[in-house]
Amino acid sequence: MAFISRGFHGRPRRDVDPSRVPPGQYVVEDFPVLSAGPTPRVPTEEWTFTIQGAVDEAVTWTWDELAALPAETFTVDIHCVTKWSKLGTSWTGVSVDTLLESVATEADFVTAYSDGDYTTNLALEDITDGRAWVVQAFEGEPLEAEHGGPARLLVPHLYFWKSAKWVRGLTLTPEDEPGFWEAAGYHNHGDPWHEQRYWGD
Amino acid sequence: MAPARIAWRVATVVEVVEETPHARTLVLDVPGWPGHVAGQHVDVRLTAPDGYQAQRSYSIASGPEAPHVALTVARIDDGEVSPYLAGEVAVGDGLELRGPIGGHFTWTAADGGPLLLVAGGSGLVPLMAMLRHRAAAGSGAEARLLLSARTAPDVLYAAELAELAADPALTVTTTLTRSAPDGWGGRRGRVDAAMLDAAAPAPAAMPRTYVCGPTAFVERVADLLVARGHAAGTIHAERFGPTGG
Repeated sequence: MAFISRGFHGRPRRDVDPSRVPPGQYVVEDFPVLSAGPTPRVPTEEWTFTIQGAVDEAVTWTWDELAALPAETFTVDIHCVTKWSKLGTSWTGVSVDTLLESVATEADFVTAYSDGDYTTNLALEDITDGRAWVVQAFEGEPLEAEHGGPARLLVPHLYFWKSAKWVRGLTLTPEDEPGFWEAAGYHNHGDPWHEQRYWGD
Repeated sequence: MAPARIAWRVATVVEVVEETPHARTLVLDVPGWPGHVAGQHVDVRLTAPDGYQAQRSYSIASGPEAPHVALTVARIDDGEVSPYLAGEVAVGDGLELRGPIGGHFTWTAADGGPLLLVAGGSGLVPLMAMLRHRAAAGSGAEARLLLSARTAPDVLYAAELAELAADPALTVTTTLTRSAPDGWGGRRGRVDAAMLDAAAPAPAAMPRTYVCGPTAFVERVADLLVARGHAAGTIHAERFGPTGG
């Protein structure tokens, strides 16, 4: 039984379907920004996306090449470890499945890497089968730099730090290697429905 | 071995300090507190009698040497949690929290200087923990604090900052963005390039830089620092939004 906070009654939003809000989260309308350092600003002409590491041959796409791949527009809920959730967000991007068709690998893990030296690690099974995208647009508009533009990874079923902003590629690895926040005390997997926030959760 | 879970603890409020018209400090006795590093935060969990819970993160204001853990909470009028913490909670109440959390936005005396701290409003809180630690540890690291507040009464810890600034290795520059009292000797207006030129070490000194405040403030200051020539990797940022409730 949790400790009752004297005089606290809470103010949950009544217009929200509780089955869409993981434990410990509250729903916001705006779009908070959280990053560990300055916002990198890379023009799309200089941007590339590379899949490398434990693959037969590394593959790189330019911005235009990525944009020419089949894109999907989809609506998902997103959940940040800092407790906010944003429901019904719409994104446009390329499925990671589509990108991985270009490489052969036996690796089970990836590290997503970004401008600004950010990294985050994921199991390959968490970003395949239609569960992850490299997105270039939010709500029909080009993705703003402070939200990870020109492109970010989107893995909506995990806490949002796994959806690496300013993403520049994936490094496939045979072993799981903790990324930036994972090495700094945050959970290795990050499932919001199980409140996997920090080490040991 | 799997790392241990960060345990929820029931802290006891031992003192409440009214800091400004909009913020107050809760001084907490936390049984079993494992100690923290300046810049870390805690998660606070409130539970209503019907079982409804709300969680938020708050920066730790106290240095690691302090006997208690202090949280300074700014009240967001339409927030859900901060009006409770900054208004309802009283000495003797229990408060459920866990921590410390965060390994990036931190500084210890062993990290050395120079140190550049840039705070917007209550973004001062984790930076104050660094300055308190710096003083308690007897660190001689050169430190500059550039603090932006709306008005003079909004400046957190003003008296303590004035005392700390007696240390010649610490320079505190305050700028007021909305209004200034008669005879105000500090700066006026938003942090800009000229203000950083006057208040910050040269980029070549490679200061460890910590910027904390509302998102728009941190975005602007971090961009200015990068444009000034500070290496992006030396700049630690912590942003908070209006949803911090």
